[in-house]
Amino acid sequence: MKIKKGIPLIDQHDKNGFYGGKFGGNYVAETLKKPIDDLTKLFEKYRKDKNFIKERDDLYENYIGTPTRFIKLQNLTDHLGGAQIYAKMVSDCRGGAHKCYNAITHAMLCKRAKKKYICTDTGAGYNGKMFSMVAKKFGLGCKVFMGTRDIERQKPNCDAMKKNGAEIVPVNSGSKTLVDAVSECIRYWVSNCDKVHMGIGSLVGPNIFVKICGFSTAQISRELVVQLEEEFGEIPNKLKLINCVGGGSSAYGFWSEFIDHNKNQVELIGVEAGGPKNSKLHAAPLSKNSKIGILHGAAAYCVQNSDGQINETESISSGLDYPSVSPIHCFLKDSGRAKYVSATDEAALDAFKLVTELEEISPSLEPAHAFAEAIKIAPKLDDSNIIVVDSCGDSLKDKDIIKKHLGSYPR
Amino acid sequence: MKSQISLAFQKCKKENRPALLTYTVAGDNSKKKSLEILKSISNHADILEIGFPHNAPTADGAQIQNSSYRALKNGFKLKDVFQIVKNYKKSKNAKPCILMGYYQMVYRYGERKFVKECRKVGVNGLIVVDLPWPDNKKFSKLCKKNSITFVQLLSPTTSKERMKKIIKDSHDLNYFISMLSTTGGKLKVSPKKILENYNKIKKINKSKNMVIGFGITNKTIGSFKKADGLVVGSALCKGISDSIKNRQNPVIKLNKMVKALRRKIV
Repeated sequence: MKIKKGIPLIDQHDKNGFYGGKFGGNYVAETLKKPIDDLTKLFEKYRKDKNFIKERDDLYENYIGTPTRFIKLQNLTDHLGGAQIYAKMVSDCRGGAHKCYNAITHAMLCKRAKKKYICTDTGAGYNGKMFSMVAKKFGLGCKVFMGTRDIERQKPNCDAMKKNGAEIVPVNSGSKTLVDAVSECIRYWVSNCDKVHMGIGSLVGPNIFVKICGFSTAQISRELVVQLEEEFGEIPNKLKLINCVGGGSSAYGFWSEFIDHNKNQVELIGVEAGGPKNSKLHAAPLSKNSKIGILHGAAAYCVQNSDGQINETESISSGLDYPSVSPIHCFLKDSGRAKYVSATDEAALDAFKLVTELEEISPSLEPAHAFAEAIKIAPKLDDSNIIVVDSCGDSLKDKDIIKKHLGSYPR
Repeated sequence: MKSQISLAFQKCKKENRPALLTYTVAGDNSKKKSLEILKSISNHADILEIGFPHNAPTADGAQIQNSSYRALKNGFKLKDVFQIVKNYKKSKNAKPCILMGYYQMVYRYGERKFVKECRKVGVNGLIVVDLPWPDNKKFSKLCKKNSITFVQLLSPTTSKERMKKIIKDSHDLNYFISMLSTTGGKLKVSPKKILENYNKIKKINKSKNMVIGFGITNKTIGSFKKADGLVVGSALCKGISDSIKNRQNPVIKLNKMVKALRRKIV
């Protein structure tokens, strides 16, 4: 399995939508074949359209507020005494996370498809929040599907969605988390695909949704290239890009411009949710060697039992609490280009605590997993190594969880 | 040689009525009861669709989801569906059986192993909800080789061009999804409009049997008598849910329901 150079990874699929010959595809009901074909044509047309790109870039710059900051975490670096640690502050984005990039592209496509309604799924609530925000701006009706367990644990984002006028549809089936929200959102689209545009909130789903999401979040690494060159005069020789991976939308966006670099120069490290330390449950299909399964329209490594039923997952972070992962990350894993590890709930909380004590930043529990890995490896490396962590979400949504586990919320 | 499925349609045509196809979930509400249900409704149905449950179904409405979750909660394993069909086929009034489910289950079991097992226990047809044409070409051939009808799905969103290609590759039975909906949705299109669409597709190749499903209940079934066959699924799954809630025997309840459905189409 080999990655080609000079072609965006999202475009390296065969005619059936498979990456590396086996990841991805379009496992959907017949009813969705046409809406997916239509969306594919629409996207392929507009991604090359200068006006479309100009409008998007303008929205990214003036509405989302890009570029987001690239900062050195000097105190953390000094404290750990090894590699130099930087953060890409994607949480600076309007709304507090990277999910707005994908939401904007979808809203723009929805408008061009002449549809008045948009629906999406959400786990941590950030995707729902961004879709609701962008829908309001574009004058679209918005429905957000969310597991009832997540509605309970991510209240601040739910409040934001309601304030933006979106309807939150509670999903009570299965584990009541992201996996069930995505299923319900797809079911809703099956019944309403003639009037409603669907945006999947991560780099998962049938091929076209993987592509639209990756196309959108790639903005993160475009900025990072410029910022690294400003800081170091070139792309550093020993660079490690660490990102949390649930579905994998921010990780792909953070890495996409660097995939062609030699892996000895730019190492890509994905951190999955290892779940509670003393539990067998996790949401880490890549690092815990799950088998390939078909979920939500795509073949990918997936946490499942021997009979093919999707297993329950567990993570302190709703955004990573998903049994499968993007086919793109399966491709990156099997081709050897990226490395995937996991961090436990406890490690993520410890990382959050240390980072917020030392620095003026407050990453949510998703990027706290990435910080946990950075904290683990930095002391073993010398200062010629540059670690950049994608701080892709703001912690405010996790206030209650953090309070419960650490006794107080430091902000 | 004609397949058991084709023969069933032939018989119905002679009787000048559509075939009645039922859908129930294997293992709902227990392995034993689901087998008893199949045996009991055989007296009134012409072909039995049997669902093998999956816990992330993306095209099923609430009723079938409930049935699937019930079966899984009771410890259903994929191998049980084969056992159920095997035992059912021993009964004296056994009808053709079509298994229906999601590709993940087939994929995990192994395509070849799955089809072989189907053949061994006497499965006559297969519907894989999320393996659309042309991705199903290889699998459909594998079914044919094993004398199993792979049922192609057609929907109101399927273009005419695509219809033609799908029908060309299809076996002896196709399934027309009446409207944009998950299973068990309320009929939101008039039966007249559905039959119009149905007839348009039927014209592409009259020799292939085509059934209509989604939104067919005791109330609506009488309006579709001109179709080759009609599938009732969610209404029956709801029947099982209701009987559990009311502490009735689901076997008796379903028998009554299917008998009533049959009466509406003769």
